[in-house]
Amino acid sequence: MGLLLEIGNGTLAITATLTGMLLVCAALWIAKLISPHSFTVRKGEAYECGIPTRGASMIQFKAGYYIFAILFLVFDVETVFLYPWAVIMNTLGPKGLLCIGVFLFILVLGLAYAWKKGALVWK
Amino acid sequence: MFNFGIITNWFNNLLTGCMPDWLAVTIECVVIAVLILLTYTVLALFYILYERKLCAWFQCRLGPMRVGPWGVLQVFADMFKILVKELIDLKGTDKFLFKIAPYIVITSSVVMLACLPWGLGLQIINYNIGIFFILAVSSLGVLGILLAGWSSNNKYTLIGAMRSGAQMISYEISLGLAIITIVIFAGTMNINELVWEQANGWFIFRGHVPAIIAFIIYVIAATAETNRGPFDLPEAEHELTAGYHTEYSGIHFGFFYLAEYLNLFIVSGIASLMFLGGWMPLHVPGWDGFNAIMDYIPSIVWFVGKAFFISFVIIWFKWTFPRVRIDQLLAFEWKYLMPFALANMLLMAVFVALGWHF
Repeated sequence: MGLLLEIGNGTLAITATLTGMLLVCAALWIAKLISPHSFTVRKGEAYECGIPTRGASMIQFKAGYYIFAILFLVFDVETVFLYPWAVIMNTLGPKGLLCIGVFLFILVLGLAYAWKKGALVWK
Repeated sequence: MFNFGIITNWFNNLLTGCMPDWLAVTIECVVIAVLILLTYTVLALFYILYERKLCAWFQCRLGPMRVGPWGVLQVFADMFKILVKELIDLKGTDKFLFKIAPYIVITSSVVMLACLPWGLGLQIINYNIGIFFILAVSSLGVLGILLAGWSSNNKYTLIGAMRSGAQMISYEISLGLAIITIVIFAGTMNINELVWEQANGWFIFRGHVPAIIAFIIYVIAATAETNRGPFDLPEAEHELTAGYHTEYSGIHFGFFYLAEYLNLFIVSGIASLMFLGGWMPLHVPGWDGFNAIMDYIPSIVWFVGKAFFISFVIIWFKWTFPRVRIDQLLAFEWKYLMPFALANMLLMAVFVALGWHF
């Protein structure tokens, strides 16, 4: 059924990855060949919003984003745990429902805690 | 229905018949690479025109009309223009991260493209955890965007990248939960098996109410995942210039542009695979004549057609709804969409446990 079964999936995944890199390399190479080159001091400056940039840009940044990153971490790991259960849910029946119910209950408690603490409000 | 596996098996036998195995495998890999590159480029060009035309029609305009019939050659002119633009070396950027960001963004979309089932026997990577693999690779793309924003030495790109990161990781959870809902129903993560499971009816029809809700959640989350309107905060042009790719010039910018359109196709492809039957034709139980006619349409047309249809819906969103604010965006995901997706997943588990489905 599959395409060229003699090649393993790993080889194919590596081929696809290399293809992606090759696409970028080749396009950059062509662009370098046919595009003009010139350098002035003004051209090397960041565009930002049109006026000269002030101060450093790689700075410590708003903590609000990191709270969401931490929340994401919790729920993404949860999603990873759910996949193996989801695959065999068909065969588990009501017993599987009970098991995952306990897991999800603890998780929802966590979400409720974060909600109550105001972590979900953008400040 | 035509099986593309016949062609690939014939090609494989032809090669292995006249040369050592390692050479045959190498040649096959090269052929696959060329096919992926061709598909990628053609799709990107098509999508740029598709979006421009649809956008124009939604706004009662004609869109590009001058270059070629109905402006179809406009995209080639645009791509050539982007190629001949100068690549500017900026002061103060983090050179290594600045250069590596397009590689990450493009590579993740190419690998996802290689996982999609294009037709009967026309699939490249077929892991037994296929759909999980696609999700894993899709979350690599956000790394490239964060790096691009951070390394540009520009405050607006930094804000754009941070917004993009927060948005993409948040909506990834709803996306994952909507897919888990279908995985519970199907009992497999292998993409090929997922398509075959839908031979007697697409999951959106067989899965009862939870599948329909999951489809709606998926489409909303996918719109946010691809940073498209109404969730296009990362490139809100009146506040952030152009978002995380402001400082990129020429083809460097082009890579982000291409990856954005390819990601649109990929999320639509996954939607068609998970909910609308992948390359499976529309079958109505009992209507044998109708089913036979549907079988005559090639599988690749079914898959691409469904993907284009969902892309149409997502583009429609963009040109219909106003952009949301960042607090609304995050509140919508964490307070409504995610709990709803979780509840919907449990509902599907109950339906499967009690056998209340077709």
